[in-house]
Amino acid sequence: MSILTIYRRELKSYFAQPTAYAIIVIFLILSLGLTFTFGEFMRVGDASLQYSFFFWHPWLYMLLAPAIAMKLWADEQRNGTIELLGTFPVSTWAAIAGKFLAAATVSLVALLLTFPIIITVNYLGTPDNGAIISGYIGSFLVCCTFLAITMLVSAFTRDQVVCLIVSAALCTFMVLCGYDPVTRELAKATSPATVEAVVAFGVWDHFSSLNRGLLRLQDAVWFAGFITICLVGTSTILSAKRA
Amino acid sequence: MIEVSKLSKHFGSKIAVDELSFTVNKGEVLGFLGPNGAGKSTTMRMVTGFIPPSSGEAKICGISITTHPAEAKMKIGYLPESAPLYNDMTVIGFLKFCAEIRKLSGAAKKDAVDRAIETCFLGTVAHQSIDTLSKGYRHRTCLAQALLHDPEVLILDEPTDGLDPNQKYEVRQLIKRLGETKAILFSTHILEEVEASCTRAVIVDRGRIVEDGTPAELIAKAPHNSLTELFRKVTTTDTAA
Repeated sequence: MSILTIYRRELKSYFAQPTAYAIIVIFLILSLGLTFTFGEFMRVGDASLQYSFFFWHPWLYMLLAPAIAMKLWADEQRNGTIELLGTFPVSTWAAIAGKFLAAATVSLVALLLTFPIIITVNYLGTPDNGAIISGYIGSFLVCCTFLAITMLVSAFTRDQVVCLIVSAALCTFMVLCGYDPVTRELAKATSPATVEAVVAFGVWDHFSSLNRGLLRLQDAVWFAGFITICLVGTSTILSAKRA
Repeated sequence: MIEVSKLSKHFGSKIAVDELSFTVNKGEVLGFLGPNGAGKSTTMRMVTGFIPPSSGEAKICGISITTHPAEAKMKIGYLPESAPLYNDMTVIGFLKFCAEIRKLSGAAKKDAVDRAIETCFLGTVAHQSIDTLSKGYRHRTCLAQALLHDPEVLILDEPTDGLDPNQKYEVRQLIKRLGETKAILFSTHILEEVEASCTRAVIVDRGRIVEDGTPAELIAKAPHNSLTELFRKVTTTDTAA
């Protein structure tokens, strides 16, 4: 009930300001633009969309997800509205969940608006639509993971710019961990165990298997675990800040 | 209605509030006086459940704010010091949001919002975006939020701060009127306000209550029958501390 109230307020706030529109438009231009240019969608004839389309998503999210979520707690702390929220009869959990879901909805809208690409591949060929749906799920989960990281960072600071920079850096790190060229270089320099640990921390391992249409339990656990840890962390930081 | 017993708050080694105890009954308006940094806002934040006390307890209508925060918070209307608001909302949108958070819906929500707008004279700006409001309107919007759910307890942190003399008068009259049926705790720097709207006042200095009584009693105690003189006598200036 109160989650829903918070969720609706946050969502309205995204669409009452240019934030959501700017992020959605930029995501659409870049994701579809990259697909047809550097993704070489037409030349390769990649009907699964794995390399031409989904490949770019983590790179876009590492900047756009922090832009979506940076205000969630930073803004409340700067404006002092956290004091209102803290004295309303809502639990910190309801507020965290409501805000997170609102940010996730904005990114989901952006993602769903890429639907012309599905129509295109189905018109041009006979793709595995199951794998495409699975790719979309993977893409959304990567975005949610980055949103959760940003939310955690925003609990620390009242400054949105600091939040944007720090969380974008963290997300970039997670994208680079497990990115093939980085992994290859790393393999030359360190032990296989280290490489494995780094790859497990990055998003590619989990994202790629979903991209190929593989729904693995370990990936579900990884995404759910990571998001949960960030949200619990947010709650801990917010309580610690008040004490 | 508000029972505070031995409430303390430490920030590191600094003691902001030191075993403060007081009660405010229904029909009482308690003025909370004290110099800046005396612990007034910290006390109010603890009583409203925003920050946890280091020790001691606050009860709202018999419900502990530390062990049953959700129930106790339902009974409180709170105006924080800087009157924070969500700038991206309209006045009416913000009040509707606050009403929903207070678990009001349908006709009850509409009535509550209409009544709060009327009480705080917000009719002309109801559909205006909050970031375009003047300070006086911002303050009253935040006050309207505190009155929405017709709470039994009102906690107002400097409710007349930044208002013009007319608005100050209105707010004082409003506090006086609401005080007949509610328990009100409000802080202020303006000593005339105490005489104008309080049934009782306490003076707080460095986290402790140094004077407590009706405005008449305090004035009788004061040198030259002046509250200002009493205030200056019992509190420490920050240059001395």
